[in-house]
Amino acid sequence: MMKWRCRICRYEYDEAIGQPEKGIPPGTGFGNLPNDWTCPVCGASKTEFERIE
Amino acid sequence: MNSDVAMNAIKVAEKVYWVGAVDWNIRDFHGYSTHRGTTYNAYLILDDHVALVDTVKANFSEEMMTRIESVVDPEKIEYVVCNHVEMDHSGAVPQAMETVKNAKVICTERGKEGLAKHYRGDWQFATVKTGGKLNLGKRNLSFIEAPMLHWPDSMFTYLVEDRILMPNDAFGQHIASSGRFDDEVPEALDEAEKYYANILMPFGSLIQSAIKKMGELNISPSVIAPSHGVIWRSDPQRIVNSYDDWSSGRTKPKVLVVYDSMWGSTEKMARAIAENAADPSVKVSVFHLRNSDRSDVVKEILAARVILLGTSTLNNTMLPKMGSLMTYLSGLRPKNKAVACFGSYGWGGGGVRTLENQLKALGLDVFAASVEAQYIPGDTDLEKCGELGKLAREKAKAGL
Repeated sequence: MMKWRCRICRYEYDEAIGQPEKGIPPGTGFGNLPNDWTCPVCGASKTEFERIE
Repeated sequence: MNSDVAMNAIKVAEKVYWVGAVDWNIRDFHGYSTHRGTTYNAYLILDDHVALVDTVKANFSEEMMTRIESVVDPEKIEYVVCNHVEMDHSGAVPQAMETVKNAKVICTERGKEGLAKHYRGDWQFATVKTGGKLNLGKRNLSFIEAPMLHWPDSMFTYLVEDRILMPNDAFGQHIASSGRFDDEVPEALDEAEKYYANILMPFGSLIQSAIKKMGELNISPSVIAPSHGVIWRSDPQRIVNSYDDWSSGRTKPKVLVVYDSMWGSTEKMARAIAENAADPSVKVSVFHLRNSDRSDVVKEILAARVILLGTSTLNNTMLPKMGSLMTYLSGLRPKNKAVACFGSYGWGGGGVRTLENQLKALGLDVFAASVEAQYIPGDTDLEKCGELGKLAREKAKAGL
């Protein structure tokens, strides 16, 4: 399980947690998020994310 | 601005001055209704090295420069700190940099990118991160990155020895006044709440972390000097506590009825709902969107527990004022609200259905079935509205 950080606003997507409020279950890999998934804080696209751990 | 008018710097603390501008006449701030105008606050710190923290909107550059000149030769400025790229605060940076060509612009990495794309100035930059310090001689500035409070570039500047926090737009209010301090302008807290609701509502969890972070960094300001409105000096903790409360998602036993109406039918329904929602322990407020501005309504939404939204159907969809409110809310992402819809229609309907679907898409709890009436609401329709009002009242009393 890895964490990814938004380069724009620093929101962290934790694969172990997912995003349950948007129906994305814990354990969902960043690569498996839909292509049109956006940062829940600032709206940046997936391409703005970098892997941090 | 007329540069012939002598304008003075206002002392905030020893060798710390407000050198901003008062915009008495602005009434529309990118769609936010500023009934009381606003100010653009810039601060000047005189020490062995002189620093200017933030500037003003471009058309107020002269006003800022004359205020600076009243206490120091502007050419002595060595640092121009840009807490935030937005043009109401950075607009006068180009003019300031004309005067002080050798000054360094201090900002976050994102701030540097943003300023470059706004002004394309050939300036010297020094970028800072949280914990970064700048020695001015006897005193130090310390910087705290505050991404998305409310742009990615945002940061707070703290004058360590004087315990003066300059958090830019955080803790600000749109209010023009002759007094620069909270104890001189009692309406400031009310405007701070409207500002929070309209600008910072989407970032509640970030505000909560920022307040915690201030504690971890031992920041306990004796003065909070934001970039709009008055400076909080009488009890700065009060505005921090208010932010803590507004960002917590806690609601009050309060019902809002917000609607637009074509020929008075949806208005009748709104009145029946409001009449039945009232209770000594529940506050009910009613807003007709063609008489009340959406940014005033959003201020009321912040603490409301229950919101009843009504629209007539026009061409099978909502009335445009309700559409505008819904577009605004889709960005502000209010949380912890129970909602329900009502409205009139003539034949096919569609206004209430569209409204309800958009509220669901916002993730809000639609707690009751919509009430719709064809043409003019009759007794049965108004009874159903009364029932909806009573349900809203109980929902507001019970919490969520």
